[in-house]
Amino acid sequence: MKNKLIELRNLTKNFDDQQVLKGISLDIYENEFLTLLGPSGCGKTTTLRIIAGFEEPSDGQVLFNGIEISKVPPYKREVNTVFQKYALFPHLNVADNIAFGLNLKKVEKSVISQKVERMLKMVGLSGFENRDVTLLSGGQQQRVAIARALVNEPKVLLLDEPLGALDAKIRKQMQLELKKIQREVGITFVYVTHDQEEALSMSDAVVVMNNGEIQQIGTPTDIYNEPENRFVASFIGESNIIEGHMIRDYLVEFDDFQFECVDKGFEDNEEVEVVLRPEDLDIVEPEHAKITGVVRDITFKGVHYEIMIETEKRMYNVHTTDYAPVGKKIGLLFGPEDIHVMCKMGAY
Amino acid sequence: MRRRNRAGMWMVLPLTIFTLIFVAAPLLYMVFLSFASQSSSGFGVEWKFTLENYKRILDPVYRNTFYGSLRLAFSTTALNILLGYPFGYFMAKLSAKKKKAAVLFLMLPFWLNSLIRLYGWIILLQKKGLVNEVLLRLHLIDKPLKILYSYPAILIGMVYVLLPFMALSVYSSAEKLDWSLAEAARDLGAGRCYAFFTIIFPLTLPGLFSGIILTFIPSMGLFFIADILGGNKIVLVGSLIQEQMTRGNNWPFAAALAMVLLVVTSLLLGLYKKLTNSDVLEGIG
Repeated sequence: MKNKLIELRNLTKNFDDQQVLKGISLDIYENEFLTLLGPSGCGKTTTLRIIAGFEEPSDGQVLFNGIEISKVPPYKREVNTVFQKYALFPHLNVADNIAFGLNLKKVEKSVISQKVERMLKMVGLSGFENRDVTLLSGGQQQRVAIARALVNEPKVLLLDEPLGALDAKIRKQMQLELKKIQREVGITFVYVTHDQEEALSMSDAVVVMNNGEIQQIGTPTDIYNEPENRFVASFIGESNIIEGHMIRDYLVEFDDFQFECVDKGFEDNEEVEVVLRPEDLDIVEPEHAKITGVVRDITFKGVHYEIMIETEKRMYNVHTTDYAPVGKKIGLLFGPEDIHVMCKMGAY
Repeated sequence: MRRRNRAGMWMVLPLTIFTLIFVAAPLLYMVFLSFASQSSSGFGVEWKFTLENYKRILDPVYRNTFYGSLRLAFSTTALNILLGYPFGYFMAKLSAKKKKAAVLFLMLPFWLNSLIRLYGWIILLQKKGLVNEVLLRLHLIDKPLKILYSYPAILIGMVYVLLPFMALSVYSSAEKLDWSLAEAARDLGAGRCYAFFTIIFPLTLPGLFSGIILTFIPSMGLFFIADILGGNKIVLVGSLIQEQMTRGNNWPFAAALAMVLLVVTSLLLGLYKKLTNSDVLEGIG
């Protein structure tokens, strides 16, 4: 069992009259890559800033190794932050930026230059010591920012949408590298992003947030395959969300048909919502399926076609490599494991 | 390439002509004037080369006027830094709405003639004025201070008139600052003070530098403040020049004084630029 490093207990935060955090409770473990994922304004950055010490929670506790730290100033915490716009010191060169924290700790000069060199090597910027940080590309500045934080050997690295300002190709590359660096240094990363793909591809654990509340905590696979509610299902990936009800364990009814499923634990006849991922649906001849409909639109997406199928009850979005012309009558086929049943959400 | 350069040359031509007519020519005229002499009739100029004017400036009376002016300019600038830097800095940290109000209030006095504002200071500083009244009531002094028509009064007036320039230059520098830099410094282990002196202060230096220049140069020449609040007791280079031009009717000597003032100020600025190694100045080249 891994050790708990940070515990957030029922954190709330008010700015003026607005409550941006409504009771966040979360455990963060050692060596974990944890991502706070959500749309802008969901409170993910505020949560990160509370862990870093830039904001004090209005209520609740932050425990670090079991010790309450919510009143401890940032410079006394064993965490370091990589800022959204890097926040490199423009009047210092690359080496002096990275050495900033070490200079403060009065580390010996020769040790500092050794550590700086090692950090630069790790982020792939060997020989950049004397460069002017303002003349570096976005990706290079980001690497310097990471090196500047990691050289202090924090227990936790906080990253606030660090790849947001980079273009798509470099972003992909940096995702892989960040993951590699995290494994290499073996510390906890807490990563904030609104990009669901980024969250899914890098994280050990994803925390989906909305409106100052945690919607779901789980591994990327859990979050994607077993969304707990409509928000998570629609925020992460595309989905067909259908209202229905559980007849009993392993049997759900929607669109006037009953389907076998793998979900249980609901009350009999409980109102539920069902998620069908577009890529889990297949198109077949109408006589092989319960739900049938007519192709209304088909778009070529490269790997697959996106087909909009109008059935008696609703429009279905299907991603498939099979082609079907507009106007053709077809059936929708899916197996029990493709049906994801969720609790019905109140107002959303 | 060459063609474009030529087109560019034509574009800057009006500016060049303007500069030649309104800046270079008068300056050149003044240089010539400073080597001429007052005509014996007391009116007009006698155009005959002489170094008399410059020799006269070396006279202790005039030399001391220069020292006095420099001393006042240095004290004014120093006080302006102490007051204006925090002023501009904290202004930049206000919320957007309050910032607008603060800038407006700072600019408000500019809409009123500074002479009138200085007469206001006479009322405040006189023997039975507000300042003395308040100090007496607070039992900080036993009898009214004689502030008006003294060196401190001039200094107060100078600082008052020039403070907005310092505050606004520092503000414009601090306003552009990325405050996450201070957070980054604190995140890396710096206390608030250390973060300020290693990160924030160096990055607002351009604003401070231009503020210094914007207050130092005028404070060498603002004669009317010394006249009004100093009661003509303390003579500054500015008032000396003005007096020579108007009452003395000695334009050549006034020109020589102005030339020396120009040279001294330029030398000081050059030295200052070299010491601070600042090529970039906020607002001015």
